[in-house]
Amino acid sequence: MLTLTCPYCGIRAEETELAPGGEAHLKRIGPAGSDEDFEAYMFARANPKGVHFERWRHAYGCGKWFLAARDTATLQVYATYKAQTPAPTDEVIAAITAARPDWTFRP
Amino acid sequence: MSQSRPFRLPKGGRLIDRAYQLPFRFDGRHLRGLEGDTLASALLANGQLMMGRSFKYHRPRGPVASGAEEPNALFGLGQGGRFEPNQRATTTALVQGMILRSQNCWPSLDADVGEINNWLSPMLPAGFYYKTFIHPRPFWKHLFEPIIRRSAGLGRAPTDPDPDRYEQAYDFADVVVVGGGIAGLKAALAAAKGRRRVLVLEQSPNWGGRTPVDHKGGEAEIEALLAELRAKKTVTLRRNTMATGLYDHGYLLAREALADHDPNAGIPRQRLWRIRAGQVITATGALERPLAFSGNDVPGVMLASAVRDFIVDYGVALGQRVVVVTNNDDAYRTALVAADAGLEVAAVLDARVQAEGELVQAVRARNIPVLTNTAIAKVKGSRQVEGVSICDQSGDGHVTGGIDCDVVAMSGGWSPVVHLWSHCGGKLIWDEAQAMFRPDPDRPPLGADGKGNVTAVGAAAGDLRAAGDLERDEGQTQPVWVMPAQAPYKLRAKMWLDYQNDVKVTDVELAAREGYASVEHTKRYTTLGMATDQGKVSNINGLAILSKALDQPIPATGTTTFRPPYTPLTLGTIAADARGDAFQPLRKTPMHDWHARNGAHWEPVGLWRRAYAYPKGGEDVHAAVAREVLAVRNSVGLLDASTLGKILVKGPDAGRFLDMIYTGMMSSLPVGKCRYGLVCSENGFLSDDGVVARLSDDTWLCHTTTGGADRIHAHMEDWLQCEWWDWQVYTANATEQYAQVAVAGPKARELLQRLPGTIDVSPEALPFMAWAEGELAGIPARIYRISFSGELSFELAVPAGRGLELWEALHQAGRDLGVTAYGTEAMHILRAEKGYIMIGDESDGTVIPQDLGLGWAISKKKPDYIGKRAQARSHMIDGNRWRLVGLESLDGRMIPDGAYAVDAGENANGQKKMQGRVTSTYHSPTLNRPIAMGLVRHGPERMGQVIDFPTPSGETIRARIVDPVFYDKEGGRLNG
Repeated sequence: MLTLTCPYCGIRAEETELAPGGEAHLKRIGPAGSDEDFEAYMFARANPKGVHFERWRHAYGCGKWFLAARDTATLQVYATYKAQTPAPTDEVIAAITAARPDWTFRP
Repeated sequence: MSQSRPFRLPKGGRLIDRAYQLPFRFDGRHLRGLEGDTLASALLANGQLMMGRSFKYHRPRGPVASGAEEPNALFGLGQGGRFEPNQRATTTALVQGMILRSQNCWPSLDADVGEINNWLSPMLPAGFYYKTFIHPRPFWKHLFEPIIRRSAGLGRAPTDPDPDRYEQAYDFADVVVVGGGIAGLKAALAAAKGRRRVLVLEQSPNWGGRTPVDHKGGEAEIEALLAELRAKKTVTLRRNTMATGLYDHGYLLAREALADHDPNAGIPRQRLWRIRAGQVITATGALERPLAFSGNDVPGVMLASAVRDFIVDYGVALGQRVVVVTNNDDAYRTALVAADAGLEVAAVLDARVQAEGELVQAVRARNIPVLTNTAIAKVKGSRQVEGVSICDQSGDGHVTGGIDCDVVAMSGGWSPVVHLWSHCGGKLIWDEAQAMFRPDPDRPPLGADGKGNVTAVGAAAGDLRAAGDLERDEGQTQPVWVMPAQAPYKLRAKMWLDYQNDVKVTDVELAAREGYASVEHTKRYTTLGMATDQGKVSNINGLAILSKALDQPIPATGTTTFRPPYTPLTLGTIAADARGDAFQPLRKTPMHDWHARNGAHWEPVGLWRRAYAYPKGGEDVHAAVAREVLAVRNSVGLLDASTLGKILVKGPDAGRFLDMIYTGMMSSLPVGKCRYGLVCSENGFLSDDGVVARLSDDTWLCHTTTGGADRIHAHMEDWLQCEWWDWQVYTANATEQYAQVAVAGPKARELLQRLPGTIDVSPEALPFMAWAEGELAGIPARIYRISFSGELSFELAVPAGRGLELWEALHQAGRDLGVTAYGTEAMHILRAEKGYIMIGDESDGTVIPQDLGLGWAISKKKPDYIGKRAQARSHMIDGNRWRLVGLESLDGRMIPDGAYAVDAGENANGQKKMQGRVTSTYHSPTLNRPIAMGLVRHGPERMGQVIDFPTPSGETIRARIVDPVFYDKEGGRLNG
């Protein structure tokens, strides 16, 4: 039962009031994309033991989608930030590397 | 030695009140215990030593422990709906009038036929089932499995509903201390600083843990700590509350026993606390380990700590003459307590070469013989301890003497209770000096902030001498995993590790020889630690034996995973109030009560209850459905369609947005018109359908299926917030704001025209797929001319609060027209007769709109929509997909729903190939014959062909592939 702080309403939300949305920062591939690119976008998902970027919706709260940078092994939450963020910001990356100096961001 | 029985001592027992006797029943016998007794102490006081039969060999067993780790003394408790199997006698408080039944024995505990397994035990080694029951193949199904199923399972599940109430509650605390022993109380006091809220949970009814039993002045010290804690407003002390599991980010579950086994208390039986803790302090103590010597499971062999608990806490002695066997100083306390209680202590057998601690000296001072480097070679007796033969611990079991006794108090050292610490990722280290796994303070479970959120204290942290000034100097424990060290096979085959599941030293050794190197695999192969006690007394000994057999150090073997709950939780506590009518919320339409009054046969649709049909008089449901269908076809019917999803989409970019959400073009829809739309997921599969109406230049109203309202609204919000967040669109789920009624049938227009109002429903003013608004029967209304039945049809939307008024006005006005309320089943048949698809029948998450002949609802002009790219993948366009057709059975029998059509040949797995399946099947009242729809490979290209549907009964139904539109193919009836 994770707790994640919703970056919109500021509430420290419990997992039961959140809906998970899978991996964050995917780039949508539309009708012009190749089979390979579409397959990668649609089906190939990161499943790291460690730092992961995730989509969550504060479904039973303010209803907003947000993103979380989280460690799947230690359960540490490095940052939660608004969904309208195409890539992890410098602040998010700094929060992760502060705890995990060995980690580097691979877009 | 002559037989003796356990008995109540003439004095003593700090937890019992000798003034209050409590009658209870055990296997039909009427017995008496005392206020404060547990079931175990009450039974012992009545001379009952044998309390169960082991699971596999049905060996007689007495209690071996005094607490939550007890593996043997389990009973069926209560009667009828209150019956509960596997209730632990050592932790269940005696309540007046209790009814106990022994388990796993037949015909009785004393004379158990299953005991024959004990004599067969050499033929029942570890992994017996896996090895023996493989061949010949059919024997498993017809012989072995039925026998095993009959004898499997410990205790019997109750069959009646549980009449008790359970509840759940939430709590939040800065610090939660688990364990009300001396370490926990001290930690709570230290934590209770400033405004920090501290919650202390103790699993038993009594504070203090081992301290009051083990230390002079212990009770006073505990009382002093409690007094200080009670004086603090920020501290909550909760007894009878067992912390069952610790989960992510400090989420702690705890079960509080409120009125266990006391149905007359008038309060809920148990309460499940759902606690969010800032910090958790585990002060859960330690559990004593048995020693592995031959016959260590004979009734009368008990953990040394338990022997003295029964004496000190309950004034109960297991027997007259005690032998203590140990590898540590702590067990000498039992010798002292037993001697103080007037029992004879025949000897203390110490496996160590030297024993010189203060406790040892105190025992020697009482002239109790202390024999060092001494082990038990064998326990004499089968149903009760009659004596022990002794040998050198370092030797191979050569007997050097014998001692008569009826109690063996054993201690193999102590293991910290690390369950909560381990539940959520806390790591352990092996402490060689104390021979124990204990929490590694450098690798605790982490909170959301990445910092440790659990701290172990006291014995739970490996500090076995947590009582501070009350402690005395003790010599070092010497690990003893097998007694004697060089014991031959014959002795090892009677050394029990897991009492409940009958796992012996030789079983673990056999597993190791057969290649089971992982402790997790060995656990499952031998069933070590898999019983209801989850191996609390057996695990460390078992993995030490495994390590030795594998010739590797204990930390290299590691432990099995600790999983919640710490002790079993009854399902009633987990469900609590979420049962019966309160299982889930019930959504009702504004016309719900009318349906109920008119005999609705209900169908659950999501959280809604919808009327399936309205049987009248003596009519059965099928007849009602047929009548309703014919009423719509011949006259006019009314359907409560209020549950349909209604999502408002508004804004400058709303049209553009809906062009992405729907496969069709919604931006070009004129104001005042409706259009049928399909929603797909990004991987192309059909997700929902419904009619979209354009309300104004920048506003659309999207109807969804009943089950799709919340899902499609969430789908829209997902794409709006996460992909096209710069588009100016607002969505609102207005499903419950409107009551909606479908008025369908050739006389639908006539009925509407009878109601006063301002809306012109003539064909010219309101053509098919148009909508209008105004007033109807004095109610503000919107009328959509849309049809899901193929008949002339209008859907009326009015404010929810006036839905019933409209519904009744329609019935009133149409009485002479034969106006008929119809339910969801008639609606399904009406649509199937027309070949209209239903989400969830024709679609199942693997079907694209193109499969269903819905290409007409997919815009060819749009550059993009959600699912478009996926629908261009090779597998979607290769022409081999199963596609929608009608199916007409040749002999007039109905084809079962979901039936598969077989093809010639077999697939790679040797199974028959399939070429299609039935998605909807009904008896059509209109056509008076069965109709069906299905998905068939190349279906629309195979009109007229006959395919076979084998049924489970072995028969085959043959069906012809036909057009899915069975009725009114030209569609003329849409215009009345």
